[in-house]
Amino acid sequence: MMSNLNLWLIPSLPLAGAAINGFFGKKSSRRAVTTVGLVFPGAAFAWALVVALRFSSLDLPYQEYVAHWIRSGNFSADFALYLDQLSLVMLLVVTGVGFLIHIYSVGYMWEDPSYFRFFAYLNLFMFFMLTLILANNYLLMFIGWEGVGLASYLLIGFWFTKDSAASAGKKAFIVNRIGDFGFLIGLFLLIQHFGSLNFTQVFAQVQPMTAETGSAGLLTAIGILLMVGACGKSAQIPLYVWLPDAMEGPTPVSALIHAATMVTAGVYMVSRSHMIFDRAPMALMVVAVIGTLTALFAATIGIAQTDIKKVLAYSTVSQLGYMFMACGVGAFSAGIFHLMTHAFFKGLLFLAAGSVIHAVGGEQDMRKMGGLRSYIPWTFLTMGIATLAIAGIPPFAGFWSKDEILWQAYSSEHGSWVFWLIGVITAFLTSFYMFRLLFMTFFGDYRGSQVDAHGQAHATHGHEHGHGEPHESPMVMLVPLMILAVLSTVGGLVGIGNRFENFLAPVFGSGQVAEAAGEAASHVTELLLMGVSVTVAILGFLLAYVLYISKPYLPQKIADALNGFYTAVLNKYYVDEIYAKLFVKPLVDGSTSILWQGIDRKVIDDTVNNAADAARHVSDEVRHMQSGNLRSYAGWIAAGSAVVIAYMIWMGVR
Amino acid sequence: MVPLSYYLVLSGFLFACGVAGFLIKRNIITIFMSIELMLNGVNLSFVAFAAHWHVLAGQVFVFFVMVVAAAEAAVGLAIIIAVFRTRETLNVDQVNLLKL
Repeated sequence: MMSNLNLWLIPSLPLAGAAINGFFGKKSSRRAVTTVGLVFPGAAFAWALVVALRFSSLDLPYQEYVAHWIRSGNFSADFALYLDQLSLVMLLVVTGVGFLIHIYSVGYMWEDPSYFRFFAYLNLFMFFMLTLILANNYLLMFIGWEGVGLASYLLIGFWFTKDSAASAGKKAFIVNRIGDFGFLIGLFLLIQHFGSLNFTQVFAQVQPMTAETGSAGLLTAIGILLMVGACGKSAQIPLYVWLPDAMEGPTPVSALIHAATMVTAGVYMVSRSHMIFDRAPMALMVVAVIGTLTALFAATIGIAQTDIKKVLAYSTVSQLGYMFMACGVGAFSAGIFHLMTHAFFKGLLFLAAGSVIHAVGGEQDMRKMGGLRSYIPWTFLTMGIATLAIAGIPPFAGFWSKDEILWQAYSSEHGSWVFWLIGVITAFLTSFYMFRLLFMTFFGDYRGSQVDAHGQAHATHGHEHGHGEPHESPMVMLVPLMILAVLSTVGGLVGIGNRFENFLAPVFGSGQVAEAAGEAASHVTELLLMGVSVTVAILGFLLAYVLYISKPYLPQKIADALNGFYTAVLNKYYVDEIYAKLFVKPLVDGSTSILWQGIDRKVIDDTVNNAADAARHVSDEVRHMQSGNLRSYAGWIAAGSAVVIAYMIWMGVR
Repeated sequence: MVPLSYYLVLSGFLFACGVAGFLIKRNIITIFMSIELMLNGVNLSFVAFAAHWHVLAGQVFVFFVMVVAAAEAAVGLAIIIAVFRTRETLNVDQVNLLKL
């Protein structure tokens, strides 16, 4: 069927919004900025819905050529778009959740003096993210990939007058560069061996190749390099360090970019490249191990954080680890499923956290909150739902996807009980730290000292309006919360009976086969494992309840008992410090003493300066030849001619 | 028939006189005359060779040299008059302002 979907509209609309707000926003009223900032991503969402409605009548994968870009010899990369089940899911998540967060931002950022700039950046981010998702070749995807990095940098450092925000932006950018380096090398390998970056062309060539069992080969190398890129963008060990710091950005940014969409780009990219990973078991193993370790590692850090957004940040890292674990055991659709539900509930958690922060006037320390459920009931309700969802309590969204991942980790041919066990432990920790967050924030007595906290808060968060008691956020912020809460509640139901997996099966192919094998392993095991994961979720809830509600003196005691370990966890295992010692300091020292003082100063600068000095000294001497005395000039000419004549005579004689 | 070498010796002698005068003399008019002397020394060798080899080009060249010398004399003398008016000297050692 040759229908034209005009897919190009979807990324272009937010770009237009970004351009209008970016160029004219400063002079326009807030109302105009809001209109532009909402209408364009809203229109993109609407168009994505239209695409979704017409989806069933499409010839998949649908490809759309937009413009000529790079053609060199046999290599070509065009501005061309690609739509299949996988990109459709991503498309709806990004435009849908993105649009909700745009609405929320109207309320959250209303008081900010750079209101227009915020919306310009946010729309710019949407443009790049949609480019990333819809690209039909790796190069265009890479443009989107870098572009979201840029938007992320701009938005983390949105309050750039604050030093910590500016350096957090830089950190995110630089750490991502390391990952992108791997990604790029992977792309070069693809070009070298397949002569193309086009998805269809590359995968058509990869398809007939057999799996590289035993020894590692080309596909393994490409897979691992792509995973390095994904580690950077999706904040996996060892490159996760930028994400917690990225919380310096405004909360809607944390929700949109650093929870719901951009950080899942790595998962998307790995899933998109499943053809390569399927044939490289070693690379899959690397993905699974990195994902599993990250999930556990970040979860343990999460339990000791006191900053509400930091808890959520580590939780995001941990959940992304889950997604990679799913991809690593070959259950790509489970990973994408979790990506989707995670976008709902983690987006909601961040927005609700933003609402909490808004309510208490910019305070982010949970020790200074408490008892907020009577002040901000709607926020409490929605955040409660999100917490149930992420903890994996049925029937909320997180349960279905997380359970699918754990089941696949156990039963898939690439899986093992080790992944499953670590996954379950992580699920327990997740449940614990999320309920801890909920209890510390919403239960007990209010511990904030408003007056002081607000003076501080105004300076840092730009909430100019005066705060009395904690107060509920305006409707413009609550409505997105409620919609996301509904999605977090029912969003997982699409996974019942493997419907989600079957939907993605044309992309990932192997889904059916794996499921058939899984079916043989008996339903009993599956139900048993499901029971275990629900049990640990409830255990996490109970532990949090005991520690933070019924016996609030216990956490301190436990912390004292586990002194060394607790301090390590509290300080995030000193990873930042270790990186600073291991990489940053040698780099800075090396750059200072060798590259700057040594090579730049001593070699390059000195060469240039000495050459100039030498020229000056020589000419200082030689200029005396030009005495103004005619006869001395004549003498020089005569002497010169004599030499020339003598030379010619000598030549003649010889 | 006077042999070619005689002309060339004379030509060389004239040229050497010109060079010597150019280097030794301080009076700008004399230097100017030395230049003419060198030119004519060269002219003589041109004509001598032209006659010897029966090639007209050498003789034509002499005309060119004479035309250029005449033009040069016109410009040169004008400059000399201008210099004399401002500096009131013809001694080249005292006309040495153009230097670093």
